[in-house]
Amino acid sequence: MNILEQNVTAEKTPGEQHFPPFEISADVIALADERISHYPESKLSAVLPLIHIVQHKHGFVCKEAITWIAEKLEIEPMKVVSVVTFYPGFRQSAPGKFHYRVCRTLSCAMEGSYELMDKICEITGIDRSKLSHHHPIVVSPCGNYSVEFAECLASCGSAPVCLVNDNFHENIKPENAQDLINKYQP
Amino acid sequence: MSDIKYLPGKEPHPREHRLIFKNIDREGWNPSIARYLEDGGYDQLKKAIAMEPNDITTEVKKSGLRGRGGAGFPTGVKWGFIPPKNTKPVYLICNADESEPGTFKDRYILHQDPHQLIEGMVISALAVGAHTAYIYMREEFPEAAITVEKAIEEAREKGFVGKNILGTGFDLEIWVHRGAAAYICGEETGLIESLEGKRPYPRIKPPYFPAALGLYMAPTIVNNVESLCHVKHIIEMGGEEYAKLGVERNTGTRILCVSGDVKKPGYYEIEVGKMTMRELLEDVCGGPKDGRSFKAVIPGGSSSKILRCDETFKIGRGEDAKDLSFWDIQLDFDTLAACGSMAGSGGVIVLDDSRRMSWVLNNINHFYAHESCGQCTPCREGSTWMQKISDRIVAGKASPEDITTLEEVAYQIDGKTVCAFGEASSWPVEAIIAKYRDELTAETSEDNDRLSKEQLQREMYL
Repeated sequence: MNILEQNVTAEKTPGEQHFPPFEISADVIALADERISHYPESKLSAVLPLIHIVQHKHGFVCKEAITWIAEKLEIEPMKVVSVVTFYPGFRQSAPGKFHYRVCRTLSCAMEGSYELMDKICEITGIDRSKLSHHHPIVVSPCGNYSVEFAECLASCGSAPVCLVNDNFHENIKPENAQDLINKYQP
Repeated sequence: MSDIKYLPGKEPHPREHRLIFKNIDREGWNPSIARYLEDGGYDQLKKAIAMEPNDITTEVKKSGLRGRGGAGFPTGVKWGFIPPKNTKPVYLICNADESEPGTFKDRYILHQDPHQLIEGMVISALAVGAHTAYIYMREEFPEAAITVEKAIEEAREKGFVGKNILGTGFDLEIWVHRGAAAYICGEETGLIESLEGKRPYPRIKPPYFPAALGLYMAPTIVNNVESLCHVKHIIEMGGEEYAKLGVERNTGTRILCVSGDVKKPGYYEIEVGKMTMRELLEDVCGGPKDGRSFKAVIPGGSSSKILRCDETFKIGRGEDAKDLSFWDIQLDFDTLAACGSMAGSGGVIVLDDSRRMSWVLNNINHFYAHESCGQCTPCREGSTWMQKISDRIVAGKASPEDITTLEEVAYQIDGKTVCAFGEASSWPVEAIIAKYRDELTAETSEDNDRLSKEQLQREMYL
């Protein structure tokens, strides 16, 4: 646990209130066992699926979850940490209840995705200036919203596009940001 | 074909030849197996399962199918690389990590027609002798992951997937494996590392050619979603008949994904090489936006080299040498390669005269700086360095010498990395500087203090 303490730095965010704290529950174990069965050759392969299970339910991957995944797969916790810290899709802090991922890559940027991001931040009370390479996710003070720039969401023909949690939205012009946000009321 | 109706406003262009996208935006279509079976679904699997595995590979070789993921390598030849005396299990992996900027074709197959992919995969697995297959799905397709997993379950219930397929004793399990938003997982050895549960650092080739030493060090075939779907149609038509589509060495159909500054962006499935750039941009895509004119085109995903619309290319050698204007470029693998670019993944990004090339370059640089996996020093340091220089150009803080530095950095990445990401990140820089040097230089100023060597070094590590 000591090594984990030094290497995993979870920042508390206002988004945490919207997710149940991590616990080793029966449903998580069942989902994990089912996924592990897909990889008869190597349990290590189930690292990404297990992290997905935890993150989907609890919003982010905490130290306790990392320890549990490592025990479940009979691997060193650092192997899980190395995966969690590499992939931009894994989070170590809670996002907001509604997590907006706006595509910033060329075709979307040409159609105004940066302006869309500015609008979403303005409406949801997120400090846009805090968004940076080292802080890819910013959560609103109320914890209901968070934003992140995504790299190419593969729908360039209907730009600009964004994901809100698991829901995909296309052709979202900056001036329609309010309509999009109205769809997700806390 | 003629009796198929499409949703209003989503009708294919008359110049299209819909094979893979036959069911996309089709009226009354849904991703269920019942609907797929009504339309002759899994008939080709029944046909293929009675064939010798080698005969399936031979048909695919005859068809001339080239991989649709980016490199354009012949699919049948790739399959043939599995060592003949192999005793290890063989794995088939579908690369559904579609993430090359400008590309958006697999998305529609995965969301709307998953059974076409599954049928193509089972046939391909028969050919290569795989009993386990994985679909590596990018994390940003959460809805597709659910759709495809449901489709696999439906196929399992009907006996098209799982144990003893169609009573022949052939077993194949297909699983969906979700990535986690890393572009490098589209590189086949990076993908394999990721599937093994590690950071997706690409492996060095040789010796780690997946067909010999892939997943769990066993022979592994990694094919793009679209390529696997084509296999189904090759079985249906026969390799020779399929090869009549398109042009020589560039057979079949392919989906072009057009985005950016055109009136009608979208996906268009065409016969490879049977359409010119002019026809695509002016006729199919409706021309430039009102009051604008075309400036440049990125023809095969953001990593392919940009083409100026006023360029003329010298192609061919000796007596065959000729001039080819941008507008007459045939959209196939070989012509685009002869023009110094590539057909890549089929993502065509169109830029009009309102676009600043420095801004375009900077956007692309940000992408590659973010996505470099960090394994090789030239790419890890270089991609970030290039991004910082282009940040300065866009902000009007660059000196003319920065352009030279930028170019030098690009050439020091190109060809010096384990995987093709090095080329992917440096080609756009090399091409944009070569073709728009004056425009970029005009945004710099001698008045801007040149950064000292020490400052440059410090900047790199900031």
